[in-house]
Amino acid sequence: MSTPLTANKVCIIIGASHGGVNLAFALRKEGWEGEIHLIDKDPNPPYHRPPLSKAHLTTDDGLEKILLKAPKAYQDNHIELHLGQEVAAIDHVHQLVNLADGSSKHYDKLVLAVGARPIIPPIKGIDDVKHLYPMRTADDVNNIRSAFSQCSAKRVVIIGGGYIGLETAASLRKLGGEVTVLEREERILARVTAPIMSEFFQKLHTDHGVNIRTGKNVVELRQNTNGQEVLCSDGTVYPADVIVMGVGIRVNQELAEEAGLKIDNGISVNEQCKTSHSNIYAIGDCTFHYNKHYDRWLRLESVQNAVDQAKTTAQALTDKNPEYDALPWFWSDQYDVKLQMVGLSDGYDEILKRDESTDDQHKFSTWYFKGDQLLAVDAVNNAKAYVVGTKLIGAKTQVRKDVLSDPEQDLKALL
Amino acid sequence: MAKITFITKDDDTIVCEADSGSVMELAVQNGVKGIDGDCGGVCSCATCHVHVAPESVAQVGEAGEIEKDMLELDDEANERSRLCCQLEVSDDLDGIVLHVAH
Repeated sequence: MSTPLTANKVCIIIGASHGGVNLAFALRKEGWEGEIHLIDKDPNPPYHRPPLSKAHLTTDDGLEKILLKAPKAYQDNHIELHLGQEVAAIDHVHQLVNLADGSSKHYDKLVLAVGARPIIPPIKGIDDVKHLYPMRTADDVNNIRSAFSQCSAKRVVIIGGGYIGLETAASLRKLGGEVTVLEREERILARVTAPIMSEFFQKLHTDHGVNIRTGKNVVELRQNTNGQEVLCSDGTVYPADVIVMGVGIRVNQELAEEAGLKIDNGISVNEQCKTSHSNIYAIGDCTFHYNKHYDRWLRLESVQNAVDQAKTTAQALTDKNPEYDALPWFWSDQYDVKLQMVGLSDGYDEILKRDESTDDQHKFSTWYFKGDQLLAVDAVNNAKAYVVGTKLIGAKTQVRKDVLSDPEQDLKALL
Repeated sequence: MAKITFITKDDDTIVCEADSGSVMELAVQNGVKGIDGDCGGVCSCATCHVHVAPESVAQVGEAGEIEKDMLELDDEANERSRLCCQLEVSDDLDGIVLHVAH
C-alpha cells in the first residue's frame, strides 16, 4: 500500500475506561496512522474497574497499581489523553465534539465508550445523608475508604445485593466492618443468576458475618448526629456510618440521544459496532448489540464485552470488515471464592450441579441447559469447569450429562 | 531488586527492575506489548501469557492449578507457559527471561 488511508484522519474516543483505552491501543496495532484522542471526565489516569470493589478497596494501594496502561505507553503510541474533560455535545453534521469548556474538536471517526453511571434512586432524604456513595470510580473508593476509616462503629449498609454490593460487602467485612446488605428482591443476585447460586452466596456471606436481608425496600434515609439511618417499608431501621448504593446502572446515552442516534436498551450498534450514524461507533456497557451465539440482542455490563468490542471497532475503522462474535464471560471474587461465569443462562430449563468440594474448600460448578444445549456455566473455585464449559458452549458440543454429573469422571472427557 | 527481561512477539527486548508487585503489573507499567492483564491480575482472563525461557524455568517454577486450567483456553500454551499475574516479583526472580506469548 502507498499512503495509508488513515494518515490524516482523526479518531476521537469519548470514555477512557476498559473499552476506550483498549480501542486506542488496538487502533494503533491495526495500523491507524492518524490522531487518536481519548476524552474522559474522570481526572484520574485510566484504571481497571473490577479491583475497585475488591483488592483496591481492602488495601492502601494507590491507583498506579491498577492502571490500564503505563503513562509512557500513551506517549509511545501517540495517544492523546484529555482527562477531566467533559463532552457537552456531538455535532454530527460538522463532525465536531463540543467540550464543556467551550472548545471543540473535529473528528473523522467518533467512538462512544461512554459506559454507564450508578443509579441513585430518588429515596426520601437521600440528599441529606453525608456518607452515601456509589461504587463505580476510583474517587468513589477513596470516599468510601475515607468515611469508613473515620468512623468508629464501622457500620456499613449496602443497598443492593448484586455483584457490586456483595463484593463491597466482602471487602468491608474483611476490613472489620459490621456489614448489612439490603436487597429488595426475595433473593440476592436475583437479576443475574439462578436461585442455587443466590443461596450459595447468601450462606457464604452469612458465614462470614455479613447480615443479608432480602425483601427490603428502602424508603427513607435520615441523617442523625451520630450517623445515618436506613428505613425500610416494613418499618425496620438500620443505622449506618457508611451507605453504599449498588442498585444497578444507567447507560450514559444522552450524548447519543441528542445527536439523534438510534437508542434501544442502550446505544444500538451493528456487528461492527457502528451506530445508526456512519462515522460514529459505540462500544462497551453502553451498547445494545446482537449476540450471534445466542441469536438475540442484548446489553452487557462486562470488561470482556468492552475489550472485545474495542478490538472489533479497531478492525472496522481500519477497513478489515470484522464481525463481533464473542461468548460473554464474567468473574467475581468474594472472600476466598473465585466465581467464573461463561455464557448467558437466560431461558434455561435444567440445571446440573457438579460438586467437587473438599472439607476446606468450596469447589463446584453449575451448568445451565436448554434441552440438550449448554447455555452457561458458573464455576466456583473451579477454573477447569470454566475452561471446559467455555469450549463446550463455543463449539455447541452435545454434553454427556451422565459424565458431567459424576464428579469422579474427568471433565475433559466431555471435550 | 529483580531484573526481569521481556521479549515481545516483535522481538523487542524490555528489561525491567522492581522489588515488589506482580510481573504482569511490571510489564504493563513498562508498556510491554502483548501483556494486557484485562482482569487486573486475578487469573481470570489469560491475557498475560508468557513462555518462560528454558534457562529460567527452574527459577520461575510451575503454574498453579487454576493457572494451568486457564492456560488451556490458549492455543499458544506449552509446558513453559505461565500467566505472569501469578508471579510475584522478588529477588528469586532476578535475571529471568520471559517471552510474551501473543
